[in-house]
Amino acid sequence: MENLDKKIRIEIIKMLVKRGFGHIGGSMSVVELLAVLYGEVMNVDPKNPNWEERDYLVLSKGHAGPALYSTLALKGFFDKEMLMTLNEPHTNLPSHCDRQKTPGIDMTTGSLGQGLSAAVGIAQAIKLQGKNNRVFTIVGDGELQEGQCFEALQYAAHHELDNLVVFVDENKLQLDGYTKDICKQGDLVTKFNTFDLHTVRCDGHDMKAIKESINNALVTPHKPSVIVLDTIKAKGVAFLENDLGNHHVRFTDEQIILLNEIVKELESEL
Amino acid sequence: MSILLKQVPALAKEEMRKVYSNTMSELANENKNIVLMEADLMGAIATKGYMDAHPDRFINVGIMEQHMMGLAAGLSVRGMVPFVHTFGPFATRRSYDQVFLSLGYAGLNAKIIGSDAGISASHNGGTHMPFEDIGLMRLIPNATVLEMSDHVMFDDVLKQVTDTYGLHYIRIVRKNMVQLYEAGSKFEIGKGITLREGNDAVIIATGIMIAEALKASEELKKEGINVGVVDMFTIKPLDTKLVKELAKSTKLIVTAENHNIIGGLGSAVLEALEDVPSKVKRVGVNDLFGQVGPQDFLQEEYKLTSKEIIRVIKENL
Ligand SMILES: Cc1ncc(C[n+]2csc(CCOP(=O)(O)OP(=O)(O)O)c2C)c(N)n1
Ligand SMILES: [Mg+2]
Repeated sequence: MENLDKKIRIEIIKMLVKRGFGHIGGSMSVVELLAVLYGEVMNVDPKNPNWEERDYLVLSKGHAGPALYSTLALKGFFDKEMLMTLNEPHTNLPSHCDRQKTPGIDMTTGSLGQGLSAAVGIAQAIKLQGKNNRVFTIVGDGELQEGQCFEALQYAAHHELDNLVVFVDENKLQLDGYTKDICKQGDLVTKFNTFDLHTVRCDGHDMKAIKESINNALVTPHKPSVIVLDTIKAKGVAFLENDLGNHHVRFTDEQIILLNEIVKELESEL
Repeated sequence: MSILLKQVPALAKEEMRKVYSNTMSELANENKNIVLMEADLMGAIATKGYMDAHPDRFINVGIMEQHMMGLAAGLSVRGMVPFVHTFGPFATRRSYDQVFLSLGYAGLNAKIIGSDAGISASHNGGTHMPFEDIGLMRLIPNATVLEMSDHVMFDDVLKQVTDTYGLHYIRIVRKNMVQLYEAGSKFEIGKGITLREGNDAVIIATGIMIAEALKASEELKKEGINVGVVDMFTIKPLDTKLVKELAKSTKLIVTAENHNIIGGLGSAVLEALEDVPSKVKRVGVNDLFGQVGPQDFLQEEYKLTSKEIIRVIKENL
């Protein structure tokens, strides 16, 4: 699909503007990744979301739900109109991903650090079943502070789950500020390589580079892969990029005008 | 205990979280062992004021709730007084074994503040909406389990627990609550508060359900039914003496809580009446998970309303 990244950005902004608030920062930083995964890499069938041969995605940083919902709607998993129901009473699109509610959502997330283990479990099951489906999972850089992430990575490395690709959305920010100020993580590539994981860094807003990293990851035998994506939180929303308060934003009237302008500009580029 | 009831309860101007930051800043001026701990949710609970006042005794550990509880245990071993905040589900079910063993079983001193009580987690949805935190914490021997009724009580309770050794769980709403008490009121842990007398039935309530109980009592009065209201902010230790007296003096007890009716206030009241002939009905979340939505919608959805309390009373009197 052409311009999938731009289309995803448009839908995210529209749905958050409709609600008036939401997790805009972490949704915007994974747009190019989702565009590559659903546009070019993943084997999925929007008409049959539970197809057993599909590739899986666990959005461990579940608060970025709006980004994934937009992608799934654009792919045809459900109607685009449904996006406007985000967080409404009895919605099928809650702020955090819920596998029992939304077609195309493979795992329920929102309590940080838990999704990675579930993704490892799916990859393990596929190996046990002698199948070839691939499993992708996206974790936040702040989320990586949860010890459970490291339990999951150690397991994945030991069991040589080479059908698993873990993306770290390294947007340098978490809820209360810069990740380096709250609990420094050092160079994640060096760190994870010593964990026996095939780890590379890549520009998280360069779709070609992302695609290439994924292709390399998928042909690396006996090792799960980690792709550390160098990203900008709230990418594409100029007035929120580099803003420490861009994790969850309740928009002012002026901000809504600016957001609508961004939508118009993106639409003109389609 | 010296409590002044507000004549006309109304939504307070002060947010609960403002009280947390302000009162703790004051307390930390006096008590040099107080340490405030956060796990990347200081933005949500607005403790920047405290952090600026006491940067050396403020720790934002990062997104590591389990480690935070263990860290608090270590600080307590050295005589410090950790006040640990995160969302209720992460403070309890996420890090339960750390709280249970490293703090409870190890006999250490920590104050856990669990925010976004029940449906007040609203748009964060099921993953963030605790209907079981009171139940979990009640199961820890010797733990004290409190749910704050308004900001006046929160202020006083923070002062009291600072000077009381042991494991305390304090459940709060982060934003504004209906103010029930005049500033300066002093509360006693273990003693429920009679807000309204009534001998037909009595509602024993906690948290946001107290305001609903008062509304229900008001409505029923118009119909000649006299219903008392008790604020049972002290769920453990429960005021069993008062509960037993109420069972004898009224025909019906209705409990009302923003929590699963299994394990919470309703269960505690029923347990207290094990040997007392009585009729108890529980209003609360009926064994369900949380979900997203505006708070007023959730209140209807889970039947946490004065309407439901009235229905239960009429049906059972
Ligand atoms: C276990 C748990 N603790 C705390 C939270 C609250 N929370 C939601 S998002 C977030 C910050 C996440 O930072 P990061 O992983 O870097 O995400 P991103 O920057 O991509 O938004 C926090 C603390 C949570 N959802 N789960
Ligand atoms: Mg981040």
